[in-house]
Amino acid sequence: MYWKETMRQMNDIGVGSLTIIMLISVFIGAVTAVQFSYQLGSAMVPRYYVGYIVRDITIIELAPTITCLVLAGKVGSNIAAELGGMRQKEHIDAMEIMGVNTASYLILPKVIAALFVVPLLVCLAAFVSIAGGYTATVPTGYFTGPEYIQGLRSFFDPYNVFMMFVKATVFGYILTTVSCYMGYYVTGGSIELGRASTNAVVYSNILILLADYVIAVILTG
Amino acid sequence: MIRVENIKKSFGDLEVLKGINLEFYKGKTNIIIGRSGAGKTVLLKLIVGLYPPTSGKIYYGNTDFLSLNAKQLRAIRMKVGMLFQQGALFDSMTIQENIRFPLDMFSTMTLKEKNLKVSATLERVDLVGKEGLFPSEASGGMQKRVGIARAIVLEPEYLFCDEPNSGLDPKTSIVIDQLISNITHERNITTIINTHDMNSVMEIGENIALLADGYLEWQGHKSEVLTSENEELHRFIFASPFLKKLRDKAIGK
Repeated sequence: MYWKETMRQMNDIGVGSLTIIMLISVFIGAVTAVQFSYQLGSAMVPRYYVGYIVRDITIIELAPTITCLVLAGKVGSNIAAELGGMRQKEHIDAMEIMGVNTASYLILPKVIAALFVVPLLVCLAAFVSIAGGYTATVPTGYFTGPEYIQGLRSFFDPYNVFMMFVKATVFGYILTTVSCYMGYYVTGGSIELGRASTNAVVYSNILILLADYVIAVILTG
Repeated sequence: MIRVENIKKSFGDLEVLKGINLEFYKGKTNIIIGRSGAGKTVLLKLIVGLYPPTSGKIYYGNTDFLSLNAKQLRAIRMKVGMLFQQGALFDSMTIQENIRFPLDMFSTMTLKEKNLKVSATLERVDLVGKEGLFPSEASGGMQKRVGIARAIVLEPEYLFCDEPNSGLDPKTSIVIDQLISNITHERNITTIINTHDMNSVMEIGENIALLADGYLEWQGHKSEVLTSENEELHRFIFASPFLKKLRDKAIGK
């Protein structure tokens, strides 16, 4: 049952969020590439640097942070509403009386699913974002394909990928645990359920940004 | 048998239960009645452990329910089935999956054995052929029967029913009452029903407890209701003039 539930959560969090994450990532990469090529256009900076900047800013910051902020909105509110609804409709009480450890059955699969799936989503977002930068700038003539590719291949530090996965894992943990907490302990009626869902998103976002700063300080210090 | 001793429960400054002493007997349909806000649901939830009492003791047989550790509590809860007021059926599961859920969680049966058990339980509650429906596709009466089936599929020793007839028409209510009563006697289990339905009280009430203002006001068999001198019991059960007339006629007033 736990395995089945974990698989279901992986599908909900991962496959269910693919479209929105891909869409956002394409535009993040595109906007980053266009704006950096504009900012560096008149400077004495080689044009291939744009590819390098897009790659690193995506891997280190934009892919994990923006992806997880979006997931906090989509998945976090969904988790809080699902658990809150189960609490209000006495589903959780029913499970408790059956002897089911509800925290373990309802929360753990979500957290485990997020710990596996969110880093994968973030990794995919990074690839799509870099491809989005290429699509937005090369065909439109900002610079040539080889220049962009040269930038992507320059000054690569695998440690940045490690940093991306650390952030993705921590953010995935934050967004699921905060949302589960908000939903699991909801009391009252539909107004409180709506409030819990909103709070799940707000607190997850704040904690993700705070964690982003802390991780940045620790891993780059 | 379940026994509660001097149970008190407060929510903030509001004292809902002010010291209840009660026994619920094995093989009998024990019914808790009382006005809205009398503390019936709170008492039921205290007994099943969903709320902790402010003070008092709860015994399942000779076992002190409140002093159990998590493992012992889980063992007791596997002997408990509960029918909730709103059914508490899992919306994303079919009727078959809802009833199979306790078996999936706790039994070592194969899927085929579990499905056979579910089929037998469905037959007992007269829902053969409805396995594939989702709760939203079932009527109120069917949902209650699914709730009963899920509550009894692990063959519990204790069955709790919170307002089993709420939202049901009188005819369906009688069917549900009879089903609960029959299961209680067939399996010799301790059943506690929390209800407002006076028909249930007079039809299947073998040990009726009336709660009023946080205290146990009256306790007795359905046959004693008509002859009891307890005014609160009469005010509650014969609240309507029609029922009052019937009662007067029955006792020859």
